[in-house]
Amino acid sequence: MSFELLMLAAADGFSYAGLLFLVSLGLTLIFGVQGILNVAHGSLYAFGGYTAATLAIWAAEKQAPTWVLLAALVLAALVVGVILGGILEIGLLRRVQDKDPVLQLLVTFAAFLIFEDLQRLIWGVSPYSSTEVVSRLGNFDIFGITYTAYQLLLIPAVAFGVYLGLLFALRRTRLGKQIIAVTHHREVATALGINARKIGLIAFIMGAFLGALGGALAAPTTSLVPGVGTDMIVLSFSVVATAGLGQITGALITALLIGLARSVAVYTVPELEVAVPYLIMVAVLLVRPNGLFTVAQARRI
Amino acid sequence: MARLFDIRILTIAGSLLCLILGLAFPWSKTPIIVGLCFGIATLGVAAMVRAGQVSFGHAMYACIAGYTVAFLARAWPQLDGLLLILAGVGASLFAGAIVGVFVVRYRGIFFGMLNLAISMVLYSVIGKFYAITGGTDGLRINRPTLLGIEFERAGFETVLLVGTLLAAIGLGILVQRYFQSASGEALAGIKTNETRLEYLGLSARRVLWDGYLFSAGLVGLSGALFALVQGLVTPDIGSWLRSGEFVFIAILGGSGHAIGAFLGAAVFELVKLFAAAYMTGIWQMLLGITLIVVILVAPEGIVGLLMKKSALATPRRKSPWGTRREENKWTP
Repeated sequence: MSFELLMLAAADGFSYAGLLFLVSLGLTLIFGVQGILNVAHGSLYAFGGYTAATLAIWAAEKQAPTWVLLAALVLAALVVGVILGGILEIGLLRRVQDKDPVLQLLVTFAAFLIFEDLQRLIWGVSPYSSTEVVSRLGNFDIFGITYTAYQLLLIPAVAFGVYLGLLFALRRTRLGKQIIAVTHHREVATALGINARKIGLIAFIMGAFLGALGGALAAPTTSLVPGVGTDMIVLSFSVVATAGLGQITGALITALLIGLARSVAVYTVPELEVAVPYLIMVAVLLVRPNGLFTVAQARRI
Repeated sequence: MARLFDIRILTIAGSLLCLILGLAFPWSKTPIIVGLCFGIATLGVAAMVRAGQVSFGHAMYACIAGYTVAFLARAWPQLDGLLLILAGVGASLFAGAIVGVFVVRYRGIFFGMLNLAISMVLYSVIGKFYAITGGTDGLRINRPTLLGIEFERAGFETVLLVGTLLAAIGLGILVQRYFQSASGEALAGIKTNETRLEYLGLSARRVLWDGYLFSAGLVGLSGALFALVQGLVTPDIGSWLRSGEFVFIAILGGSGHAIGAFLGAAVFELVKLFAAAYMTGIWQMLLGITLIVVILVAPEGIVGLLMKKSALATPRRKSPWGTRREENKWTP
């Protein structure tokens, strides 16, 4: 493997890890607060992507400036996160809160099935993409390779910004501290006067927004086809489980690890490209049954 | 008092319905066999659900059995269908025994995730190694002889229908016996309280391993039958969505009684057929809505609903789901 190829693989993996981290962060946040592994998270990714592509195509036709195109991506994620996240939490998850955990998981699976068809009905089966914003931001050269600024600078910057922002919010703001309290113990938090229901909803919408944001940022560089959500959800499962459920910094490191390993595999053993994240996950779970970064017995976030 | 819900009558009526439908409308044979296959696989997954463990990777055993059947049938075309099925089940049992050693150390989400990961590795490897597995196009299987007799397509399907039906009834009874046996009760004990189970002197891991092996064999059998009736195996047989569908059917039918797996599979197939005929393109949506309605209205599944309606069948345990217990939360 030549140096250029290695750098190319690193750039691919770096950019991909950014998206993977955003989606996994949403998943792990929801798990931390609600105790539910949200299978419908993949649909939020897909809906975010499709909505963003639709908005961006429309904005590009109107010759909108670059910042409007970027804002359209975030706006799409926000709309999807608030609307779909809100519907899921209020309409569905609240009703099964006291039921068997197996049933809670299955409810999100049912929602996933519904969203899959809904997405097909709205956007059809032909590929969707809007690459306008990528070409507007241009390319740049680094270590002898040329890469798009959108993928190599913007996506990782957004991912890292979200990571720092979330850490700050959880540690320094009132709302963030309430979220942590609910994560540690719902009943005690309620007894302390925290509205656990409201916190649950807010955290769920935040998680849903992050999932949709992953999709929205992916939209300009990938062509969206039915099934993108299906692939993304199992992949983000593997990141979350490898990192340890509820681990934010762990998810960042694991997303990087899996993103880089996957793109190196693309250039060296392409047959194993899809299998690599799961091989990593199996290997990690066999050695550390609760994930890489789980602290013994301590609760998460 | 007349019983609304007698399992024996229900079984006989259901079997007759399958046979009559299959013989009167030959096109319905394949969906009926497929439905029965889903039912058999769900029996296995239901055993895991009884232990409180949800596996999002059990379809890998159907995949292993299906591909074993395909490889053998292609290498030795003269092999009998029954031998192929046995070999498929054997392969899935073997894989289940090895994988089981590792996964029984995990509970809850990590149990589900580890199964998912292993099945995803298998699924993606099969999809990529085109030269050996035919990639996503899959492998064709020529119709083998059954018990030494060569059949035409119609006859082959009829024999397979009857055979699958008999297997389904036999396995249903066997699984019900297992659920009510000491080791079956121990399996349910993993869900209710694993610590107490260990205090009884039983190894929870061993109990779960037994159950896991059993369920791998059942899912494997369904995969082998499925491969034969379709005459084709594709990687989709082992996708995580298929595993999800097994869990779906287990919840739909309810794990209070083994017959729930087949009732759930029947509803599942009917919704799919109905959607294929009248609402193409939204069958997943219909399934999702059905599942949500069942979970909200009858969280114990169709079986739970029927048992509640008729005061029959003297359930041995009050409710297989029980109330939500703190010690059984899904957090590791």
